[in-house]
This record gives sequence, structure tokens and C-alpha cells, in this order.
Amino acid sequence: MRLSYPTSVKIIRVPCTGKVDVIHILRSFEKGADGVYVVGCMEGDCHFNKGNFRARKRVAQAQKMLDDIGIGGERVRMYNLSSSEAPLFVRFAKEMFDKIVELGPNPIKLAKKKNINRQTEAA
Amino acid sequence: MIVAEKKPMEEVIKEIKDYKNILLLGCNECVTVCEAGGKKEVGILASALRMYFLNQGEEKRIDEVTLERQCDHEYLEEIRDRIDTYDAVLSLACGVGVQFMADKYISIPVYPGVNTCFLGATEKRGLWTERCQACGQCILASTAGICPISRCAKRILNGPCGGSTNGKCEISKELDCAWQLIINRLKAMGRMDDYEILLDIKDWSSDRAGGPRKVVREDVQE
Repeated sequence: MRLSYPTSVKIIRVPCTGKVDVIHILRSFEKGADGVYVVGCMEGDCHFNKGNFRARKRVAQAQKMLDDIGIGGERVRMYNLSSSEAPLFVRFAKEMFDKIVELGPNPIKLAKKKNINRQTEAA
Repeated sequence: MIVAEKKPMEEVIKEIKDYKNILLLGCNECVTVCEAGGKKEVGILASALRMYFLNQGEEKRIDEVTLERQCDHEYLEEIRDRIDTYDAVLSLACGVGVQFMADKYISIPVYPGVNTCFLGATEKRGLWTERCQACGQCILASTAGICPISRCAKRILNGPCGGSTNGKCEISKELDCAWQLIINRLKAMGRMDDYEILLDIKDWSSDRAGGPRKVVREDVQE
């Protein structure tokens, strides 16, 4: 099954989605990511029992925080699938990609660029 | 431990928006346990604030430091050499830490990043409940180890009152009647005879009503 998904999606592997914390999601945006989605195992199938439920709550916390600071909580999402569902993985990647295209680039990335331009002009 | 809650983001932004160099100061003690002001929360808040101000087109330096405690001289001394490089400090410690910080570094504005709530316990993750009001005259020996001062809405010493129904308090169906808890525990210990002993009028002079309090121990002073 050689399926393709948008090349802009960068995969960060974690032992379990329970490892993903709010700070990891926020730092991604600070570093310029346009969106972050967490893909965990099916709910109830976590090898560590509650990892994917923890991740879901943390994704919700990150969404709220991004809404509060005007970046937009829609840029973060949580998905669940089982390891054999490659077509579903591709569907989620495309869905997220389309969502980000619709939302446009991360405003932090643009603000950083503006700052650099301002500094260069001043120099 | 002292239980605190994070302040809403808008309030924090309002507090620090006029400063350029800001230090976010966390505390490794109680506020870490109640997930309001430890190293992790400092990291998350600092990241969010940096992004917020950048998005507003403002350049700010927001640094993160988490001290072992903010209520002791020796730990607060750790930031003495760098404190002058900041215009303001946002402390995520309890009210004690914020004030000790303010006492120590007199010319640096200090703002609270959390609301200090009460002295309580972690019933389970994400649920903290009040257990002590620091009244200064502990009566737990006479009340089966359950405090009616902090856990009874009326703080009554010989309860329960008429508002106790099916073990719950009249102010909320979710709130246990402290005196019902006391009776249950006395029964479980086979000490129901103790319930008949009336508690004397409490000396409230050691409570907050007597003004700010202090504990002096000359035997341990240097």
C-alpha cells in the first residue's frame, strides 16, 4: 500500500500520545508550525490505558490557549486510528492540510518575519 | 498544601502588557502539585505570552525561572544577580511568594499569575478540596480528625445543625456535612461516647480575626 499524503506534514514519533504535552504543542507554534495534529490509538485501545485520553484533554487545553492568544484553536486537532488503517491516516493528513490551507499560515511566523524585516531596515 | 488556580489569560496579559523585559517566576512547591504555577505551567504561560505579544507586533523578552520556593530568603536570593535586567516579575507562586518577592526586591513590580485559594488536599488529580483554615488552635483531637472549622459551612463546634440531610450540607447537595463525617468516623472507631463531650467556646484570638499573625520561636532563631 504505497499511499501518499501532503509532504508538508512532518511526523514526530512519540512512544504514546500520552507523552504529548501542551508545551510541545505550543512550542511547535512558537517555532512556526501552521498546525499540529495528534494521532493516537483508538480510544479504549491504549497500551498504557489512558494515554490517548490524556492527549485528547491536552489538545483541548492547547486549543483553548491558542484561542485566548489569537492564534486560533482550530489549528490543533486530535485524531484516533488503529495502526493498520493507513488510508485513514492519509485522510486525516489531507483533512488537516486542507484546514490549514483554509486558515492560512501561522500568524507567529508572519510576525517573526516582520520583526526581522524591521530589524534589517533599521540596520 | 496551599492550593491555587491559574488566572485567566486576559488578566495576566493586562497585568504585564506595559513591560518589555518580564520574568516569569514559578515555584516548585505547592503550586507545582496543584498544577498552577510550577515549571511546566511557567513554560506554557511563557510560550503563550511570547506568541501573544509577537502577534500584537510587540517585542518582549519573557524569561522563565522556577525556584525551589518563593517563601524563603535563600531561594529568592538566587535571582538577585539578574533581577535588575527585568522591568517586572510575574510570579506564579501563592500570595505568600508574591509578597515575599515584593518585600525583597523593592523596586521591581511584581504581579500575581495565580489566585491563591485555600489550604487543601489533592483528592484526586484535578480535584483539590479545603481541609484547614489555619485557625491557630487545632481541635482535630476532639473531632475525630475531621475539621468542622474548615469543612462545615457554619464552622460549628457541636454539630450537626438542622441543615444536614442525608449526610449533605444544606448549602450544596454535593457538599458533605462535616459533622456527619465526624459521626461516621467516631462510629467506625467505636468512640461514639466522645460525641457526647461538648466542645468549649473556641478561642478565636489566634484566628485571622485577631489581625496578621506570627509565630516566634526563639529556640531556633540565630
